[in-house]
Amino acid sequence: MRTVYILWLRQLKRFIRKKANIVGALGQPALFLFALGFGLSPIFARAGGGNYIQFLAPGVIAMTVLFTAVFTGLEVIWDKQFGFLKETLVAPVPRYQILLGKTLGGATVAVIQGILVFFITLLTGFRPESWLLMPIALVFLILIACLFSALGTAIAARLEDMQSFPLIMNFVIQPLFFLSGALFPLHQLPQALELITKINPLSYGVESLRWALTGQSYISPVVCLVVLTIVTGALVVIGSDQFSRVEV
Amino acid sequence: MIELKDVTKKYGELTAVNNVSLQVAAGEIFAFLGPNGAGKTTTIKMLTTLTRPTAGEITIHNINVVSDPAGVRRTFGIVFQDPSLDNELTAYENMHFHAALYGLSRAQYAERIKLLLELVALTDRQHHFVKTFSGGMKRRLEIARGLLHQPKVLFLDEPTLGLDPQTRQHIWNYVRNLNKTEGVTVFFTTHHMEEVERAAGRLAIIDHGRIVARGTPAEIMQNAKATTLEDAFIALTGHTMREETSDFGKNQMRTTLKMFK
Repeated sequence: MRTVYILWLRQLKRFIRKKANIVGALGQPALFLFALGFGLSPIFARAGGGNYIQFLAPGVIAMTVLFTAVFTGLEVIWDKQFGFLKETLVAPVPRYQILLGKTLGGATVAVIQGILVFFITLLTGFRPESWLLMPIALVFLILIACLFSALGTAIAARLEDMQSFPLIMNFVIQPLFFLSGALFPLHQLPQALELITKINPLSYGVESLRWALTGQSYISPVVCLVVLTIVTGALVVIGSDQFSRVEV
Repeated sequence: MIELKDVTKKYGELTAVNNVSLQVAAGEIFAFLGPNGAGKTTTIKMLTTLTRPTAGEITIHNINVVSDPAGVRRTFGIVFQDPSLDNELTAYENMHFHAALYGLSRAQYAERIKLLLELVALTDRQHHFVKTFSGGMKRRLEIARGLLHQPKVLFLDEPTLGLDPQTRQHIWNYVRNLNKTEGVTVFFTTHHMEEVERAAGRLAIIDHGRIVARGTPAEIMQNAKATTLEDAFIALTGHTMREETSDFGKNQMRTTLKMFK
């Protein structure tokens, strides 16, 4: 337990000390909210979709959690390049505990960042349907964060250096976001797109959050909960296995 | 006791360590020498469970490094050739992180961190970020960290690289003292031959992945018909300068190999 705690603490300390990064990471979600939120709002309303800001805000919060969690997971590559990973790998602790500590650390950071963006959505006029459902929204937020932090760490365990970073960015993270229903409703989609959104775990994250925050969703929150839990569990197992094979 | 039996490590086509057998007795100070890229660091990585041998058997205090890596990890401390500190943490936090990973209680580590930071003269800088440290200060901190959990075996991969003579002497005095009073086995690599003459009881020289000489410094000099250890080293390994293969280069090579697989 102490291993998990110290690795978690390290992630948190690194996060809090990089104040510029915290502010910087708010830029993209703010831009999405202002530009897309206000820009597409009239057309969305005319098409009968209702208030677009209400629809978009949960998607943008999920996006923030996705990016922060995966990036924090990918920090393992930095640790590899700057040598610090060796220090953890020669320590007499099981590798899965290292992975768990890193995953939870990354998830905590992502949740904090997600909550900050939630406050930004309030500034743009977003109002949650019921404050009573907030604890449930938080649970979903934590699940999404754990899932993608585990994903980032599992990917990082396989990579040697940051050169593959643009590849992951463009072929994993961006598609996960754009094909998730964060920006558009998941009904009456072309078949191919519908299939893709259905196998994208972030869709379930976005929908669960949307349900908890606005009371509306196309996928039932119970299904979301089950899918998110199973995928997170699977990624932790896969990540542990990847991590146990890391050689430096 | 450290024992290597017919150990080989291959990276694709490259044989970094070729059929090496070595024995280091408990309580010994053993120097492992060789030109750059000879296989020293790869050997230390296999000894410290960071990479697995392709063939052969390695045991430390009769614990096999492949079948029981966790058991082996408890026995040794290591100072790596390349930096391995977290620059975004303070010196004290780096030490505390290590203490937690090795399961030391607060009572144990509080006292030892204080003592070791004094030894490497970093007490007044302990709450500064490591990124503000000079190369020598980082090195000293890494040595202090490697000793924190009182290991039975200490691996030092070019521990005095980039240090001034004062610090080098200071650190070697401490390591020798530790060896004498607590019987810590020391396995180290260096390019400073006078460190070997002063500290090491026995040594082995590796070149192109093979052991080319072993014995006490006196025996090595005698066999090579040289008057200094440096002359003996050059007589055994030749005058050609070696290409520096850092970890980074090797990693890139491995990535490339993987891509073509």
